[in-house]
Amino acid sequence: MAYVAVKGGERAIDNAHAWLAEARRGDPSVAELEVDQIAGQLGRAVDRVMGEGSLFDRDLAALAIKQAQGDLIEAAFLLRAYRTTLPRFAQSVPIDTAKMAIARRISAVFKDLPGGQILGPTYDYTHRLIDFLLLAGAPPPPAPEMPPDEAFPPRVHDILGDEGLMEADRRDETVPGDLTREPLAFPAGRDVRLQALARGDEGFLLALGYSTQRGYGGSHPFAGEIRQGGVSVEIVPAELGFAIDIGDIEITECQMVNQFKGSKSTPPQFTRGYGLVFGVSDRRAMAMALVDRSMRAEELGEDVTAPAQDIEFVLSHADNIEATGFVEHLKLPHYVDFQSELENVRRMRRETELLTRDAAE
Amino acid sequence: MTSEIGGYNFAYLDEQTKRMIRRALLKAVAIPGHQVPFGSREMPLPYGWGTGGIQVTAAVLGADDVLKVIDQGADDTTNAVSIRRFFARTAGVATTTRTAEATVIQTRHRIPEQPLREDQILVYQVPMPEPMAKLEPSRAETRRMHGLSDYGLMHVKLYEDIARFGQISISYDYPVMVNGRYLMSPSPIPAFDNPKMHQMAALQLFGAGREKRIYAIPPYTDVRSLDFEDHPFRAIRAPHPCGLCGAEDSYLDEVVTDNAGGRLFVCSDTDHCAERRACGHVGDDGVAEAAE
Amino acid sequence: MNEPRLLEANGLTLHFGAIPALVDVDAQLWPGEVLAIVGESGSGKTTLLNVLAGRIRPDSGVVQYRAPDGEMLDVHAMPAPALRGLHRSDWGFVQQNPRENLRMGVSAGGNVGERLMARGERHYGDIRAEALRWLAEVEIDADRIDDLPRVFSGGMLQRLQIARTLVTHPRLVFMDEPTGGLDVSVQARLLDLIRSLVARLGIAVVLVTHDIAVARLLAARIMVMQRGRVVETGLTDQVLDDPQHPYTQLLVSSVLAA
Repeated sequence: MAYVAVKGGERAIDNAHAWLAEARRGDPSVAELEVDQIAGQLGRAVDRVMGEGSLFDRDLAALAIKQAQGDLIEAAFLLRAYRTTLPRFAQSVPIDTAKMAIARRISAVFKDLPGGQILGPTYDYTHRLIDFLLLAGAPPPPAPEMPPDEAFPPRVHDILGDEGLMEADRRDETVPGDLTREPLAFPAGRDVRLQALARGDEGFLLALGYSTQRGYGGSHPFAGEIRQGGVSVEIVPAELGFAIDIGDIEITECQMVNQFKGSKSTPPQFTRGYGLVFGVSDRRAMAMALVDRSMRAEELGEDVTAPAQDIEFVLSHADNIEATGFVEHLKLPHYVDFQSELENVRRMRRETELLTRDAAE
Repeated sequence: MTSEIGGYNFAYLDEQTKRMIRRALLKAVAIPGHQVPFGSREMPLPYGWGTGGIQVTAAVLGADDVLKVIDQGADDTTNAVSIRRFFARTAGVATTTRTAEATVIQTRHRIPEQPLREDQILVYQVPMPEPMAKLEPSRAETRRMHGLSDYGLMHVKLYEDIARFGQISISYDYPVMVNGRYLMSPSPIPAFDNPKMHQMAALQLFGAGREKRIYAIPPYTDVRSLDFEDHPFRAIRAPHPCGLCGAEDSYLDEVVTDNAGGRLFVCSDTDHCAERRACGHVGDDGVAEAAE
Repeated sequence: MNEPRLLEANGLTLHFGAIPALVDVDAQLWPGEVLAIVGESGSGKTTLLNVLAGRIRPDSGVVQYRAPDGEMLDVHAMPAPALRGLHRSDWGFVQQNPRENLRMGVSAGGNVGERLMARGERHYGDIRAEALRWLAEVEIDADRIDDLPRVFSGGMLQRLQIARTLVTHPRLVFMDEPTGGLDVSVQARLLDLIRSLVARLGIAVVLVTHDIAVARLLAARIMVMQRGRVVETGLTDQVLDDPQHPYTQLLVSSVLAA
């Protein structure tokens, strides 16, 4: 029998791509999804893709979601691969969340506080009942409006900080690290840790944050403040020498307040875990804040026993683009190595057989 | 279908990034076997699918280069096709399937059978650059072990293999000592290929994109597979001649030919097999070239 | 005592925050000698052991070790690989908890053979023969060689740790409470084993113990520590039979009372 090696990998790939494009489009009798529909009506998906894709661009994220057929990790991957080719014009000055145009602002540690509790457009108190009116496409009733508050409400950690009960912000003028340019090195500073969490996989952050609440590295958290809204981004062009506003981004910020017993040099006070994410996501910001605080265990003299406290473990596994690539690479051909294993096992079995036979004789 | 990708630099990466990778490569060549961290970029191919090799290739590729890409020793496996196509599109370089014609060869899991020359570069795709990763998960710790050449852990693993199985049970990604100093992962090539790394005339470069490490073996460097004097390293190969070209010294793939347990053993290096057949070698299951 | 010293420390001082862990400590050790460092927990004895072994850097003071070629090495000024090299061959460290030193997922033979392999030994048969010989030395049956330590008793684990440490014939071994946490009968057997091995092989030992009886049995000389200071030092029998410092008197009497 004559054997002819399989050829045609190239054509197979082209055909696969053609089929994929057809499947993505779906039933041609149904109207094609527009990118601005995704950007406008699937906002939370867009937010997540922007966060994990590390690029704030709603339209591009929406396009990526369309291209990925709604596979959000695949969409984030598309954004990342695009982002890495972009030239860098400037670094923004730190955004100031105290000057946020607030859509939502709640604190779990005070009943009421200056500026008040503002629920915003939250799912929190919806009853999770499938809404068949949406199926019918009924327009929503108009939402009541109130004039925006002129004054910026104070941040909760500033209220506690005034009394010395909250660890102080450390002013650090050094340029923060950038994981996308420099490889991760251990021990990793908090700047790099926060960057890794901000672009980390939401499911992974959620599970790790949850694990700290169930005894795997507990940190006694309280949701000090969650605020969500628009902040302006400013850069300082070298030729101008002063900051100019280049636009607004919508973010969610979470400040966790955690117990700290104090040390020889520091009196007992509250410490913080910090979460900041693109768009609207309490879940993502809160999980990030829990994990951030957990990774500070060593710095604060606590025992490092749980996965969420192990900086190397968390940072090495938070990135879903890395994770999905490596998990899925197992489907690439490995037959050369498998052949080697096969021959190895066969040889070892032969030798064991010989030994047993010798022993029997 | 194969439209040109517009708006990207030669070989996809921008020149700044290539320069950064070249600096890492120079350092890697200067310290054979040592893993150099580098600012691995997000590539338009998934991590684990050759992003490290692609970045290294992009950084060393020139307009006159001739590129060969293999996966499992074959030029026509889908991932090899995809990567070759990527460079044909973004760099417009000539590509080849012939080992002798290539100036740069990117590979996953194999070293070509034909000995490489001084004017060739072999680029390996590396999933897990740390040879002790399965024994010690912390990179901070393995980095310290490399610094102190503290390789007792690896030797203990080999000792344990012999104590338990009567032989070393590693059949691929078999660890090597480079230049008598650094313990190194040869990438998941079969142990059969390990001896080819020793004193190779070509420059060997290794890229691990997800793990963000580059390492290298300069030409004519000692590369020894770890072993014991009384349990020397043995290359593993299926004990058959190639069914197509009759080669008795090449690495073989085992192909299942029917539902009755039929097997055919053929060269994993498709170019090597084709070259031999072109020279008139015929295996038991092959057909003479002239007859086609 | 005109023989050259094997290990010499001068003026060791170390603070942990505001707490003085070591205050101006001197120590000497001659080849083949066993020196006990005694004191209550918190007296600084384990800290001193770690500073002598180069594992903790003192705020000030010098530790010197005489290499086999006669050169005096400044332990805390050595490059890390050289110090690591010392720890792998010429020195040994026996921990109170053998699990910290042993590889629990590696067979007894592999545990004993590791230091030989780290030293460059590459003959499997020789390594195995040497491992068997050392298992016999510490009274572990030869047929346990391929067993994992996790099935061993506490006393066996400690003996395995000793075999793993002594297999390279170190000239100096640091021991931190080697019999701590073991039953009294197990302790006695282990002490006997350590005493005979150390005497026969001529190994110098720095031994940290809170147990005066252990010091008396093993050590020729003794240093008594209290709050980071050496309060009394001398020949073990002399110091224990006729303690001069009130703290030593208290230590000795509390042992007698118990």
